[in-house]
Amino acid sequence: MESKGRFGVHGGQYIPETLMNAINELEKAYEYYKNDLEFNRELTQLFNEYAGRPSLLYYAEKLTKELGGAKIYLKREDLNHTGSHKINNVLGQALLAKKMGKTRLIAETGAGQHGVATATAAALLGMECVVFMGEEDTKRQALNVYRMKLLGSDVIPVTTGTATLKDAVSEAMREWTKRISDTHYCLGSVMGPHPFPTIVRDFQAVISRESRQQILDKEGRLPDAVIACVGGGSNAIGSFYHYIPDESVRLIGCEAAGRGIDTFETAATVNTGRIGIFHGMKSYFCQDEYGQIAPVYSISAGLDYPGVGPEHAHLHDIGRAEYVPVTDDEAVNAFEYLSRVEGIIPAIESAHAVAYAMKLAPTMDKEKIIIITISGRGDKDCAAIARYRGEDIYE
Amino acid sequence: MSNIRKAFENGKAFIPFITCGDPDLETTAKVVRAAVDAGADLIELGIPFSDPTAEGPVIQGANIRALAGGVTTDKIFDFVTELRRDVKIPLVFMTYANVVFSYGGERFMSRCKESGIDGIILPDLPYEEKGEFAEVSKKYGIDMISLIAPTSEDRAAMIAKDAEGFIYIVSSLGVTGVRSEINTDISRIVDIIRQNTDVPCAVGFGISEPRQAQKMAAVSDGVIVGSAIIKIIEQYGKDSPYYVGEYIRLMKEAIST
Repeated sequence: MESKGRFGVHGGQYIPETLMNAINELEKAYEYYKNDLEFNRELTQLFNEYAGRPSLLYYAEKLTKELGGAKIYLKREDLNHTGSHKINNVLGQALLAKKMGKTRLIAETGAGQHGVATATAAALLGMECVVFMGEEDTKRQALNVYRMKLLGSDVIPVTTGTATLKDAVSEAMREWTKRISDTHYCLGSVMGPHPFPTIVRDFQAVISRESRQQILDKEGRLPDAVIACVGGGSNAIGSFYHYIPDESVRLIGCEAAGRGIDTFETAATVNTGRIGIFHGMKSYFCQDEYGQIAPVYSISAGLDYPGVGPEHAHLHDIGRAEYVPVTDDEAVNAFEYLSRVEGIIPAIESAHAVAYAMKLAPTMDKEKIIIITISGRGDKDCAAIARYRGEDIYE
Repeated sequence: MSNIRKAFENGKAFIPFITCGDPDLETTAKVVRAAVDAGADLIELGIPFSDPTAEGPVIQGANIRALAGGVTTDKIFDFVTELRRDVKIPLVFMTYANVVFSYGGERFMSRCKESGIDGIILPDLPYEEKGEFAEVSKKYGIDMISLIAPTSEDRAAMIAKDAEGFIYIVSSLGVTGVRSEINTDISRIVDIIRQNTDVPCAVGFGISEPRQAQKMAAVSDGVIVGSAIIKIIEQYGKDSPYYVGEYIRLMKEAIST
């Protein structure tokens, strides 16, 4: 039998037999509904009437002048309902789950953005919701825990392993093997077993579908570079997808280097990891010589993951996308810089993309164009960044 | 013929699962020998993995303790070589795909053969993905043991047709761990298996009590017990071999009557 869901050598379905029929059922349902007019009409309506799409493509004129190089546009996913790109995927999956007759959603979350988005969709569609979150992250993002509860979800702190995002994924997978018939696992990134990397990518591809048309309308041409942050990689693949055939467009994913890729306190998977099999997929992972998954670190709870989606691993292999490391320090500087210059407080995740653009833009001619995806808003990070700067602020 | 078949020649098989290196390899060696003396027919040796997604809290704990104690895949191969001087019953590894992949499939299987391992169970490697590992495992005569779950339905026949060594029937939904009740209709799954292969099948996940073991063994060829044994090791540490032996004697007796 053929292995499914491959991106080059990456991807596949490395999951317990117990879940195989559930995964096959999901694949069948998705193949049906993705071409179903009624499903697409409902999803577009949710996107436009509920989530606030299309999101703006904003010309950051002041930022462009300050950096003195390429013209910079910001794709404002931070303006979506719930404050990040996560809502795109969640509305799609929740609607799909509902069509499949599921009544309960489970999800993992790192920073809390995917958890909040899932809790939101569950509230809207009248579904039960349980979110798994590393205990470490429940402390870093206490406000988001409260938000999820306010939205009617249960939040289960995960204490195993490093008590961060990877452990939340593991625990959500364990929960799914326990309760399958009424439950859909609403995975938050372009990772895990097939068909998740494809489903999540398709729902997030709305980002580049819009931005491609928006930039053509505004500039009459395609951008020279598209920059997005990469943890699992959902906003990045969504930002890249419709530009993949346009070879003149550089696609740049910014990984969380933490304290630097020459230290052990990093989460830069493509830059420091090697190929492996984990969480349902073959891809690049931070791991030791025996394949034990490494504890990773980043100031950003959303990028603090030891793997990367299989399609990114493939885009890296074939040289279609570049993956660059961005340190905590660089990201925090960019967080503050964008706030000051444009009056836009980006999520610390998105600040990784801004940080790289700050290096790249000045090296490019003034007629060149960069699009940075601002994947989320930074309100959730203010207290943590203040603490990083030595101020004693708690939420 | 697979060496594993021997485990099913003395009536119903009792198959304990033991995590290598929990709390250290010396203790594991003693636990294995105690298990053999107590009547174990085949032993599943766990190579610990940092993030065992198919395990409940008890076996997760064993994985963490073993890794914290510094055990590695190489040390485990040396350990098995040493065990094989006197341990004659079939031995299989149970670990996760990345442990094998990272070591190199071919290198891993060849070391299995050298050290005397008869088979391997990878719970995160379903039927569709086993190809790349099966190629090399066949070359070295290592049986790739397949799992069939209560949710397998129409997949059970397909898996059974290709099975080697023995078939691991997952008793119930969820991860490993002690359960008070098992409600799956195991005999229905066994019927499908029997219609498609003569490879023996054993039931695991959730079994801890002699009465449960008896019930499961009555409809299959054997039982697999993990978490209940790991709990004993967790409780008694270096003194656990005696208690594990006593427990296995009780369980083996229950399934033999």
